[in-house]
Amino acid sequence: MNQFIRDNVEKSEFLVHRSVFTDREILARERAEIFNKCWLFLGHETEISELGDYRRKKVGGRNLLFVRSQDGEIRALFNTCPHRGALVCRENEGNSRVFRCFYHAWSFKNDGELVGMPGKDGFPEDFNNDGTKNMKAVNRVENYRGFVFVNFDENAISLDEYLGNAKEYIDLVVDQSEYGLEALGGIQEYSVRANWKLLAENSVDLYHGMPTHKTYFDIKQDQDPNLKRVQLEGEGVELDNGHGVIEYVAPWGRPVAQWTPIWDEELKNDMEEMKVKLAERFGEERADRIANYNRNIVIFPNLVINDIMAVTARTFYPTSPGYIEVSGYSLAPKGENEAHRMARNNNFLEFLGPAGFATPDDNEALELCQEAYNNNEEVEWNDISKGMVRGEGNALATDEVQMRNFWRQYNARIQASLNKEKEVAQK
Amino acid sequence: MTVKTITRQDVVDFLYTEAKILDEWRLKEWAALFTDDGTYKIPPIGDPEASATKSLFYAHDNRDRLQERAERLLKKEAHVEYPHSTTVHNYNNILVSNLDSDVITVECNFTIHRTKREVMDTFIGKHTYELVEQDDEIKIKSKKVVLHLDSLRPHGKISLIL
Repeated sequence: MNQFIRDNVEKSEFLVHRSVFTDREILARERAEIFNKCWLFLGHETEISELGDYRRKKVGGRNLLFVRSQDGEIRALFNTCPHRGALVCRENEGNSRVFRCFYHAWSFKNDGELVGMPGKDGFPEDFNNDGTKNMKAVNRVENYRGFVFVNFDENAISLDEYLGNAKEYIDLVVDQSEYGLEALGGIQEYSVRANWKLLAENSVDLYHGMPTHKTYFDIKQDQDPNLKRVQLEGEGVELDNGHGVIEYVAPWGRPVAQWTPIWDEELKNDMEEMKVKLAERFGEERADRIANYNRNIVIFPNLVINDIMAVTARTFYPTSPGYIEVSGYSLAPKGENEAHRMARNNNFLEFLGPAGFATPDDNEALELCQEAYNNNEEVEWNDISKGMVRGEGNALATDEVQMRNFWRQYNARIQASLNKEKEVAQK
Repeated sequence: MTVKTITRQDVVDFLYTEAKILDEWRLKEWAALFTDDGTYKIPPIGDPEASATKSLFYAHDNRDRLQERAERLLKKEAHVEYPHSTTVHNYNNILVSNLDSDVITVECNFTIHRTKREVMDTFIGKHTYELVEQDDEIKIKSKKVVLHLDSLRPHGKISLIL
């Protein structure tokens, strides 16, 4: 099976072959063509705000150390000793000038430079003059407004170019704060027993909102009977390089400027003031967009930034076709006052996160998809054509253009690699 | 000043009863075990003393939200728990402190197994309760769940009351 997508605009039908969720060879190809070549989210710069701060990260199947070295540079060091390969740093996070591998006690500065080793007389005098015995760093590390990415392909286009017109939407998220966003403690490390692409889809899928999350909306309506009037309305947009977004209004509180009755009355006035300030900074129209509209952004392949009832960033990586490791972050305005932060965090917990009132139901849906892909031999295709009849430029937020765009990019990368192989075979 | 009559055995029986209520999915009865200002909290893994404004908790429920949590999980549309998973809550190493004061503190280790669709997940950790006597009954003023896990993998979720 080498045709994974059927993209029939005339018939308004878009199909994805279900083997892409279950086939091990396809996962190997994804590692080579997607995870080894695309920009992947490493972390938020505020996780390592002080010199010497570090955190262990698993990105693209690698063990990395996300570190702010003594020279102030943010680096991604491969967490492996150049001597015999052991994991050098075993703590999940901390602050240190030096990392020491316990196996033979080689020590490295927090920029990776080898600075000590026992039994030096057993090595040549010019040992490591070429730097090959330093901890290796990822060559391409770039930062967009606090979001730090790595790319394992040294020839990759710049992050700026890669993000393309997705930057407009990241800007809208970050601009809600005058001082930028910060990552809160307690990054949520969980998993889903499903294929990674299902979570990318689900994250920009507003169509599932009502049926999957009915219990959440029931609770919202009990808290605020006026909410019955608010629907999930907006648009779906395809962005460059497989990125996509839905932008819409929703009946939950937004801690920027949309008050909700579970919050203290006092916050209402604060939020009005915040809105006025936003208008001063950006004008009425942009302030309205920042404050009142929700955004779910998927940055191809595996970063999701949801600016909804709180701001969450999620990244995820497959260990097998049917299992992903997810890291979920909460981002909030730097310097936010305590009452607002508490309201925001309560809002987050009520919907998001692995113990929230919604996210576990998403994961259940993805796991049920994965389980039923046992029927792939006979039932081969997923349908992702909602809204095609409207034309791809007129999609509603509850349509699926942003997902088709993901799949078109996915298909282009995978097909290019298949074609190259075919050419080689024919020669 | 009321005369305290609660014994250690009463506390232990109360805990075992809570575990039984949870395993039988009688979640409205579970919510009713709490005082009007009762709280249910699950701090981030590895940071049991975290501040709820600086770190993200898994659960940070006041009395209203723990009621919502309980009622939600009983609905058919709480898809993750429909049909309900099978759970076994085991409480061990129960340490009761301050039996003769207004607020009794209890610590216990827990092992909670959850099985659904032929997959079993195990949650381990420590509960800390603050218990009070109200109308001749023991009530929970606060319950804090400290997970002794490295991450929520492979569990992926906390869709039961721990």
